[in-house]
Amino acid sequence: MTNQSSCDVVVVGAGMIGAACALYAVRAGLDVVVVDRGPVAGGTTGAGEGNLLVSDKEPGPELELALLSCRLWRGITEDRRPDDHRPPTRGNGLGPGLTPGLGRAVEYEPKGGLVVASTPGALTALTELAVGQRAAGVETVAVDANQLRELEPYLAPGLAGGVLYPQDAQVMPTLAAAHLLRASGARVETGRTVTGVLRGPDGAVRGVRTDRGDLLAPSVVNAAGTWGAEVAALAGVSLPVLPRRGFVVVTEPLPRRVRHKVYSADYVADVASDSATLQTSPVVEGTAAGPVLIGASRERVGFDRSFSLPVVRALAAGATRLFPFLEHVRAMRAYVGFRPYLPDHLPAIGPDPRAPGLFHACGHEGAGIGLATGTGHLIAQTLTGRTPDLDLTPFRPDRFAEEAAP
Amino acid sequence: MTERRQVLAVIGAGPAGLAAALAAAARGVRVVLVDSAAEPGGQFYRQPAPGLGARRPQALHHQWRTWERLRDGLATHLAAGRVSCLSDHHVWCVERDSGRFAVHALLGPEQREPASVRADGVVLATGGYEKVWPFPGWTLPGVITAGGAQAMLKGGLTLPGRTVVVAGTGPLLLPVATGLAAAGARVAALVESADPTTLVRRSAHPRNAVRGARALAAHPGKLAEAGGYAAQLLWHRIPVLRRRAVVEAHGRDRLESVTVAVLGPDGRPVPGTAQRLDCDTLAVGHGLLPHTDLADGLGCRLDGAGVHVDDEQRTDVPGVWAAGEATGIGGAALSLAEGHIAGRSAAARLNGTAPDPRSWAPAARSRTRLRAFFAELDRAYAAPVRWAENVPDATVVCRCEEVTAGAVREAVGSLGAGDLRTVKLLTRAGMGWCQGRMCEPGVAGVAGCDLTPGRRPLARPVPLGVLAAPPPPDAGTSPCPGTSP
Repeated sequence: MTNQSSCDVVVVGAGMIGAACALYAVRAGLDVVVVDRGPVAGGTTGAGEGNLLVSDKEPGPELELALLSCRLWRGITEDRRPDDHRPPTRGNGLGPGLTPGLGRAVEYEPKGGLVVASTPGALTALTELAVGQRAAGVETVAVDANQLRELEPYLAPGLAGGVLYPQDAQVMPTLAAAHLLRASGARVETGRTVTGVLRGPDGAVRGVRTDRGDLLAPSVVNAAGTWGAEVAALAGVSLPVLPRRGFVVVTEPLPRRVRHKVYSADYVADVASDSATLQTSPVVEGTAAGPVLIGASRERVGFDRSFSLPVVRALAAGATRLFPFLEHVRAMRAYVGFRPYLPDHLPAIGPDPRAPGLFHACGHEGAGIGLATGTGHLIAQTLTGRTPDLDLTPFRPDRFAEEAAP
Repeated sequence: MTERRQVLAVIGAGPAGLAAALAAAARGVRVVLVDSAAEPGGQFYRQPAPGLGARRPQALHHQWRTWERLRDGLATHLAAGRVSCLSDHHVWCVERDSGRFAVHALLGPEQREPASVRADGVVLATGGYEKVWPFPGWTLPGVITAGGAQAMLKGGLTLPGRTVVVAGTGPLLLPVATGLAAAGARVAALVESADPTTLVRRSAHPRNAVRGARALAAHPGKLAEAGGYAAQLLWHRIPVLRRRAVVEAHGRDRLESVTVAVLGPDGRPVPGTAQRLDCDTLAVGHGLLPHTDLADGLGCRLDGAGVHVDDEQRTDVPGVWAAGEATGIGGAALSLAEGHIAGRSAAARLNGTAPDPRSWAPAARSRTRLRAFFAELDRAYAAPVRWAENVPDATVVCRCEEVTAGAVREAVGSLGAGDLRTVKLLTRAGMGWCQGRMCEPGVAGVAGCDLTPGRRPLARPVPLGVLAAPPPPDAGTSPCPGTSP
């Protein structure tokens, strides 16, 4: 049995980021193999809510990546003529002459995000953030207390106001990863574990060693998400990706009562926080399938999968404060996931100068689904020697001091 | 050290839970017995609702004497205040809480009001639930589970229909068929996909002789029980169709008939053997699975489908014991033995002494014998290989989310799912009201992947308002509502 394969690129990781890297790399003309020790979307992708958000990002490199990704998600999901650049529309039927996008398959919903502030002070801070975001190219709409109830009739009374972000959207993340992988046409090898990264005498990457033979390729993309540090270590480089645990609570299916992704203005501060202790800020959204998803908790407790009732209680308390009707709605399940977190909250994207031929596309924390398209697009550009659309300096994988490695 | 009496919460008042409660209460531990039903007894000793005025409930039960002993023992401990019994309590989570445990439940049929019990130790006697494989027509009204039919009979004293076909596989089908017939239903056939007579024949085979013969010979009672069912089947003129399966259920608005076919050695129907049977009810079951949600939520290690336990019935989480079907399917007698051992071990450990296994040697011996016997039984009633291939693409396999076999096959074939969790995420199979309890075996079979126990840290749907509020004060110390012996 011959296990030697050759291709242009091996992507390690069949989650959302690996799928997007595969899609854009194949579109750029490369022959791609995606390898994962588990199934498709077996890691953080399968444990997330599928947020495509610009609203929770402060102006800076991550927001630029989010805006690029937002445009690319529209391109992937909408049905369109090749020369058609209109904004995406929602509909059940496919119009004449249109190429079907992946929108229906991945449950793409451009529903918009609504960030709410409970106090006038919080509203002032939120409005300042929105001003900066607007300057960076984000669509923002200021919403006063009365308009809040029009946008979300079931919101608690007494909130100070908020900001609407029409570009925020959602996909079902497991479906998104699976359908992007299928659409890419890349060869997908699930259930195959990468055990080493092969390096030539000159130090250049030559492929990967797996439990089922070697896969030879001049380029290897580390899209292993929360386990990205392990893959980096196989190549002899350090990348300090750490898990940041989060729980999601899922309710019984309901008629649509929560129309947008609704969250408290505290959420942005929590996302940017460095604290290892538990933080919960309410994030509530309806889904195409009916259940309401409730997040978001953040804790740095390693890969501890055990159920934490106090965290789930805190999530329920936050959600019922925002939407009192939820008190009588039943939680059906709760699940846990691990966000791949890097110390400065920015992902690692691009070539690793310490190991020529190794590219990183991991460490997106809780934003990986949304940032996947931009990341895949930029990785494909660097793989083919083109100038990336964004300056990758802030995402350099070797930006951390060696002692920061775990 | 305080002199406070140690509290043991026993979850589940079936044979295992009752045995554990009685054994622990007799040894100086305060027991809080928590159960979702209105009366203790579990599925096996399910009692008719008092309002029905049943004169001879024992007609529907075997081992009635054992039940009387359990019932009277419980009444004595209840009267003495050593046991309190919280019925209609649906436990949704057991939480480890600074060295003790908090058992969180919802009250009554509404399941909206919370109740919590604090305890120093927990016995999980959560029982099992039925496994049903899908087939065309299985979602028609009139198709019910075998256990469901039995529960209607024992608890409601009602017949699910006039003409019943009992089908599937496993030893549960025998009491269901004979019970229905005794209560006046016409049982058109007992359709068993396995051929349990191989249990005896297999034992005769030299390779299995020692193990099989020992397992059987150790259970003259079980053989007599089987013989008793055979006689009842004859008496009620119930045709027994072995190595056959219901391959389709028919009916416009509700069940009118079923098609039964002979299964070949590969588990597929043999062409030309199909036969229609008219019936208004199909009671179908393909064995049981352990309820492990609470154990898994506590972090207890699972061993295959059941909770892993040691010789004292301890799980690998200190202070948590498990007994009965939750540790692996083995019937009421094994549950009694395991529950007894768990109760004695828990009492000793909670009182700060090392238990003496010699004191429960008879129970340990019957546990060994019964586990061996049920391992043999499992082999005899093994699923026909490739049964899942018989399920057409159009058949709904997950009824809550209306996911078809075809959708599951697509998730595996072209979307890269290789395990039950990914199939669920891609198709929504198992995400509905039952959280996969009903459909997981069928979905796993159709997907061709292992049936791994689903993770359900919320063992029941819980109102967000209950989650958001602080837990209520300890209900275990309140006076007992009592039971009607």
